[in-house]
Amino acid sequence: MVPITTLHYLVVAAALFVLGVIGVLTRRNVVIVLMSIELILNAVNLNLVAFSHMWGNLHGQLFAIFVTVDAAAEAAVGLGILIAFFRNKETINVDEIDLLKW
Amino acid sequence: MNPILNPAMNSALSGGAPVATPFFFYMLSGLAVIGGILVITRRNAVHSALALIVTLLSVAGLYLMLYAPFVAGVQIIVYAGGIMVLFLFVIMLVNIERASKDRRFNRIWPIGLVAACTLMGLFVSAFVKGRALFPDRGMALSEGSNTQEIAKALYGEVNRFGQYTFGQYTFAFEIASLLLLVAILGAVIMTKKKI
Repeated sequence: MVPITTLHYLVVAAALFVLGVIGVLTRRNVVIVLMSIELILNAVNLNLVAFSHMWGNLHGQLFAIFVTVDAAAEAAVGLGILIAFFRNKETINVDEIDLLKW
Repeated sequence: MNPILNPAMNSALSGGAPVATPFFFYMLSGLAVIGGILVITRRNAVHSALALIVTLLSVAGLYLMLYAPFVAGVQIIVYAGGIMVLFLFVIMLVNIERASKDRRFNRIWPIGLVAACTLMGLFVSAFVKGRALFPDRGMALSEGSNTQEIAKALYGEVNRFGQYTFGQYTFAFEIASLLLLVAILGAVIMTKKKI
């Protein structure tokens, strides 16, 4: 069996990233769109940790921690907006979120 | 061959049985990708959330294989423990009957799929063209130095994390805490009944 190299991790991260992009671009449910964004951020984190391992220092891992902080903030604010929106329009479909088009 | 990238020599680093075997890598990455596919295809949002938890835990396992136990712990505690609970709460708050009977995909989903496939092709071409680039740098790093020392000095030590966080990255750390404060305030204001 071939030894696992950095490239293997990058391929897995690319697959997760593309899955997240497909989710963001095609789904209608806002909650699932937000989950796809989490998937994308996870792919980026995996890349960062793999490169950190490749270079042999901790900077990539620290950046991954900061990305995690950002993901937590994004989830909190995004879900807050979602709840406020659901209270007003009784829907969570992306297609119907077009208040700015008035 | 770089001993850190070569699983056969990892036993020398960790002092026990090799952890980073190809079998575990393929199992964890397969689980992660299957979970990702389930996230974007399930009709029920709760099922998507559970699939996302599977993906997050598999990615945490991959972090462990990359000798990043602190990141793996943060992944499990913050993502699988914190963010996913938040997601499940919101799904249960807003999940209406209509959403589960509705169309899953929007009208322009073929365009989105084509765009995502183009992105995948871009990644594949980048990896094929830059194939030699990625592992070679890592090999140069450990040449002529004691592998045991590298493993001790560089990987998996939380106190080194602390030294970086409160030394070189203090400013970024403070900015991150400010970001979290703003996010908390934003979430509280956003979910109030009357603003």
